[in-house]
Amino acid sequence: MNKKLLSVPYLFWSALFIIIPLCMVFYYGLTDKNGAFTLSNIAAIATPEHSKALWSAIRLSLISTVICLLLAYPLAMILNGMKTGHDSLTVLIFILPMWMNFLLRTMAWQTLLEKTGVINGILSFFHLQNLSIINTPNAVILGMVYNFLPFMVLPIYNVLTKIDQSVINAARDLGANEVQTFLKVILPLSIPGMVSGITMVFVPALTTFVISNILGGGKILLIGNVIEQEFTQTNNWNLGSGLSIVLMLFIIFNMVISAVTDKEGEVNVL
Amino acid sequence: MRNAAKKIYLALIFLFLYAPIAALIVLSFNNSKTRAKWGGFTLKWYQELFKNESIMQALWNTLAIAIISATAATVIGTIASISIQSMKKRTRAIVMGITNIPMLNAEIVTGISLMLLFISLKMRFGFTTILLSHITFNIPYVILNVMPRMRQLNPSIYESALDLGASPLQAFFKVTFPDLLPGILSGFLMAFTMSLDDFIITHFTKGAGIHTLSTKIYTEVRKGIKPEMYSLSTMIFVAVIFLLILVNYTPRDKKDMHKS
Amino acid sequence: MKKLFVMLTCVLLAGSVLTGCGGDSSVGENGEVFVYNWGEYIDEETIEMFEKETGIDVIYDEYETNEIMYPRVAAGASTYDVICPSDYMIQKMIDNDLLQELNFDHMPNALANIGSQYYEQARGFDPENRYCVPYCWGTVGILYNTSMVDEPVTSWSILWDEKYDDNILMQDSVRDAFMVALKLNGYSMNTLDRDELETAKNSLIEQAPLVQALVIDQVRDKMIGGEAALGVIYSGEAIYTQRENPNLEYVIPEEGTNVWIDGWVIPKNAANVENAEKFIDFMCRGDIALMNFEYITYSTPNVAAQALIEDEDIRNSEIAFPDLSQYQNLETFIYLGEDGDALYNQLWKEVKSAYE
Repeated sequence: MNKKLLSVPYLFWSALFIIIPLCMVFYYGLTDKNGAFTLSNIAAIATPEHSKALWSAIRLSLISTVICLLLAYPLAMILNGMKTGHDSLTVLIFILPMWMNFLLRTMAWQTLLEKTGVINGILSFFHLQNLSIINTPNAVILGMVYNFLPFMVLPIYNVLTKIDQSVINAARDLGANEVQTFLKVILPLSIPGMVSGITMVFVPALTTFVISNILGGGKILLIGNVIEQEFTQTNNWNLGSGLSIVLMLFIIFNMVISAVTDKEGEVNVL
Repeated sequence: MRNAAKKIYLALIFLFLYAPIAALIVLSFNNSKTRAKWGGFTLKWYQELFKNESIMQALWNTLAIAIISATAATVIGTIASISIQSMKKRTRAIVMGITNIPMLNAEIVTGISLMLLFISLKMRFGFTTILLSHITFNIPYVILNVMPRMRQLNPSIYESALDLGASPLQAFFKVTFPDLLPGILSGFLMAFTMSLDDFIITHFTKGAGIHTLSTKIYTEVRKGIKPEMYSLSTMIFVAVIFLLILVNYTPRDKKDMHKS
Repeated sequence: MKKLFVMLTCVLLAGSVLTGCGGDSSVGENGEVFVYNWGEYIDEETIEMFEKETGIDVIYDEYETNEIMYPRVAAGASTYDVICPSDYMIQKMIDNDLLQELNFDHMPNALANIGSQYYEQARGFDPENRYCVPYCWGTVGILYNTSMVDEPVTSWSILWDEKYDDNILMQDSVRDAFMVALKLNGYSMNTLDRDELETAKNSLIEQAPLVQALVIDQVRDKMIGGEAALGVIYSGEAIYTQRENPNLEYVIPEEGTNVWIDGWVIPKNAANVENAEKFIDFMCRGDIALMNFEYITYSTPNVAAQALIEDEDIRNSEIAFPDLSQYQNLETFIYLGEDGDALYNQLWKEVKSAYE
């Protein structure tokens, strides 16, 4: 049949809305205000402000990715072990927060963390030391972990549910104790889920400008904030595009990793 | 003992995930315009909400964009999946690589690139530009849900339908489509959710006087969120929980058991 | 998945019922007008009144800073009919040929009700008063919480006092932040002198560790809630915050400050000029200006509205209507040219990168 023809609308669509726009980013990134070729917009990443912003973004997003992984793995194990009649309900409870707008939820953390906020109110009531993490990098990490944790839990959970129980039983029968079974069987088998989770947390965390804006009190300049400001405020699209190209290098690195491990081409988001 | 530890762990994560939501719900009953003060219990923001035209309009835009973009992406994505499946291995790898771009790329870059495109096309920024962008980032989610189903299909069934005198369209809708349906539905659902929650791409592709809930909230974050917004999200949240419980406590259909 | 789908459909249906006829975006009988204004800068009831009286549909959009507004308008990606930028931004838009001359014959209220001294003040950036109708004006000063600050506040230098570590809120906008630092050092806030700017930048970097947050409009909520002791704020917000928290006081520091004017302008690419004129004229009506003043509490240049204010305390308020002659070194921002902008932006980026 004319299946080849069927691909035309999609190919047209992706050329117009994926390829050409990316080319435009490269065009702006590699030219100056007068349209002449230049590498200065890319080299601009080396200035102290920009490299600091990039470094902060990498640092914060790596820390949050690790925290997400450490929190999510046990959680996915527990959820997987709870195969009750309503297992999907249990999982959904952890996805449910995503149905409330993420800006509002992040904003709500402000209310909780503020100096005069809810958590400090409770701490003072018990005469405990007050918490002062709002407007610091720690608050941004908290916001990242909070927003992206489900993206780590779900792929790991999906992989764990697919592990054949008989493989685990076999390991037990062959004399492996629980720790050994975990380290030698479960952990290696769950690596694809972990990798998929890591890429799905790392990229949005690396490039966010919203979380740092809301929870960082405007003081934390991540590479995402710099790019956003170049486009919406200082109006230097060439510089913004140049920095975006640098950012994309990190993402391509990520894509390669995920392409290598995720051969199935399946993404486990929900 | 071990079970207790598990329960405590679950409870802590639960608290972490739901504490801000609880805060939002409490704020929706706060009889004071600013977040900073507790002014007593009130239900007035729930009445105000329905009178607040701009929030209602933003809600409507959000829903309309999510429904239309998810539907369009589902149609385009499903057709694309069928054709991608029949491609040569090499071409397929390239096309799938391109498909992955909007999903793996940073949202800020996708948003910027689309903004640059629309500006160079001299398009007027508004509903259409947001919609086109949402369709673009929704298509991959549909393809990635439909493709695995495609691979499981047995092509000989489709062919035997043709042999038995069905037209290609008939054969598709009677034979192939029912098998793809679960993938299509989950693709649609995922696309819908992504569209609903998107802020960054909308932020760069929206124009004068049009807001989705996300962009509306973002502008309000700076000057203090209107309490009506809290009551709206509380209502959405309660509605979702209610339906979740309702759906989960009705008899389960067996087809769903082994999946999900 | 299927169940989820059913669930979703129900939510959608519920949503559509909730919104009712919210979806109709039909054009008003007499066309429409696209208005682009600061956030929380109008009493929305006045818009409804305008729509009812004129049959013109208002499409209303908001921005947080002049710098965010400008690229949107300059790129031509969105066409607005009425915008309300500040002084220096109006000048920048005039320079870049983005504004059209106003026809005051179509706006009798704008001529009759806006005090002549405000038009005079506007000549600093709009020399012949051809482009802008003043909408609000005011000063920038320090808002402080008397329960946390017991000394008298007279100078910008208190924002550099280590006693108030983590208790200071600064403005997250390049010109406002540099204004504070330049005035502190005794310079003009419109300077292009490299050394002066460098000094100001270093002052801001020195201050960075003490600053709790960079804010725009959030300063309001934070000061009301007692989150911080001192904040840089626009005079208009001071009246509102004082109403909500009586411990707050507003001062204009002795080193001088920014006296600003925001005004209505019509961009060159406006599609509905006639409606834009009607909108501006409507906003200049005494009763409407009064409604807006009472809602947003920013000082109005509308003398007809000033006369209508019933509350004597407000009418004579030093914050709302200060006697500017008793302050020194007051200035209004002017546009510094493209290179000037670039210089300020670069320095500001260096400052911002020093905060954490």
